[in-house]
Amino acid sequence: MSPTVVSASWLPAAVATAEGGEGGFNTPGVANFWWPVIPFDGTGPWAVTRPALVLLLSVGLLAWFYVGATRKLTVVPSKNQFLVEGSYNFVRNTIGRDIIGSKDFLQFVPLLLTLFTLILVNNVFGIFPFIQFPTMSRVGIPIVLTLIVYITYHAVAIRRKHGVLPYFKSLIPPGLPGWLKPILFVLEFLTYFVIRPLTLALRLFGNMLAGHLMLLVFIVGGEYLLLEGDNLFLKFSGVLSFGFSIAMTFFELLIEFLQAFIFTLLAALYISDAVSEHH
Amino acid sequence: MITASVVAAEGTGYPSGFPLLPHPGEMIIGIIAFAILYWLYKSKVVPRLEELYAERAAAIEGGMQQAEQAQEEAKAALEQYTAQLAEARAEANAIRESAREQGASIVAEMRAQAQAEASRITEAAKRQVEAERQQAVVQLRQEVGSLSTTLASKIVGESLEDEVRQKGIVDRFLAELESGDVRPEKVAPAGQDA
Repeated sequence: MSPTVVSASWLPAAVATAEGGEGGFNTPGVANFWWPVIPFDGTGPWAVTRPALVLLLSVGLLAWFYVGATRKLTVVPSKNQFLVEGSYNFVRNTIGRDIIGSKDFLQFVPLLLTLFTLILVNNVFGIFPFIQFPTMSRVGIPIVLTLIVYITYHAVAIRRKHGVLPYFKSLIPPGLPGWLKPILFVLEFLTYFVIRPLTLALRLFGNMLAGHLMLLVFIVGGEYLLLEGDNLFLKFSGVLSFGFSIAMTFFELLIEFLQAFIFTLLAALYISDAVSEHH
Repeated sequence: MITASVVAAEGTGYPSGFPLLPHPGEMIIGIIAFAILYWLYKSKVVPRLEELYAERAAAIEGGMQQAEQAQEEAKAALEQYTAQLAEARAEANAIRESAREQGASIVAEMRAQAQAEASRITEAAKRQVEAERQQAVVQLRQEVGSLSTTLASKIVGESLEDEVRQKGIVDRFLAELESGDVRPEKVAPAGQDA
């Protein structure tokens, strides 16, 4: 990949119109999410990509905000502290304490807070002016987060149930007839070891990818219709498409918050399953 | 431009055909990003906030304790006040009762006194009347004596006064008259008797 191509693909709309000028409309697709900034080699498996940079930027912002705002805490909160406490309370009480239970939740609060704030900020970056890239639409990053949750809840469960075998045994609910036990074990095993992580990662990834792709279609398509449309109807459709993209942006904001909430909530739910004494 | 786009198409995506294949570079940076943020939260943000919560809970608890104490004090004051009120009321009752008793006794005493006075006055009056009567009797006796002697002397023609006084005739007669020894007799006509 040559540097000129990289710089040309910085703005997908520009790519689309440039290509559209040559050979019609180039539909935005998954390829638009591949965005290497510093490619180390030809194919780019180790490239530093735009989502990676956005992710690091979000970590910097979150660290600056949370560490800075908690430096001087007062019993009566200031404006910044109010915001910090609001988000912290939400994760700590609504997600952590209410789901994991007041006995064990405190040790998982840092994990839940990291998940929630990181996902939320990165999701909102999807519509944030000039950043406009949802990091979670790159499947690798939700997979990393899911892996962390996956390892955590299995580790906690194995420790709580005193070993791997008791953990497997605890997957089968007590009081079942003998012939049902293997079937249920397979189902439960699949749920805990395959379906849960898969859905957790793909739900976030899919929502962010699809949402952003839809915005991209409306914006890039609208632009193409407006610039290249050869009659008034097509040009008007382009304006309509732009208007709809604005409405969709607000809808996206809701989805972005919801996905961050759901991911954290499910992580807490899986952990609460792990810390509970029986099943 | 066509060649450029073809190159871009071949180069886009990692690898171009598999959008679901995670990009290793992004995963590594994802792990690093998560680790940094998690470490910061665990070592700084969460402990600080938890400390604040503990502080706040303590402050609220302290406030509540203070309020409780104030309430208890108020309750004690109210109890004391009520007790004092009851005491005062009881005292007032006792005073009223004793006043009534005292009044009744005063009235009784007064009545007794008045009665005594009245009987004393009556007695005195009675005694006075008696004395006067006695005096009148004595006086009358004297007068009757002197009158009768005077009368008798007139009739007889000489003074019997000294003799009468010496002999106590009149007194004796009167005493007899009183005791009923002498009965008044029907006096016969003067010519007949003489």
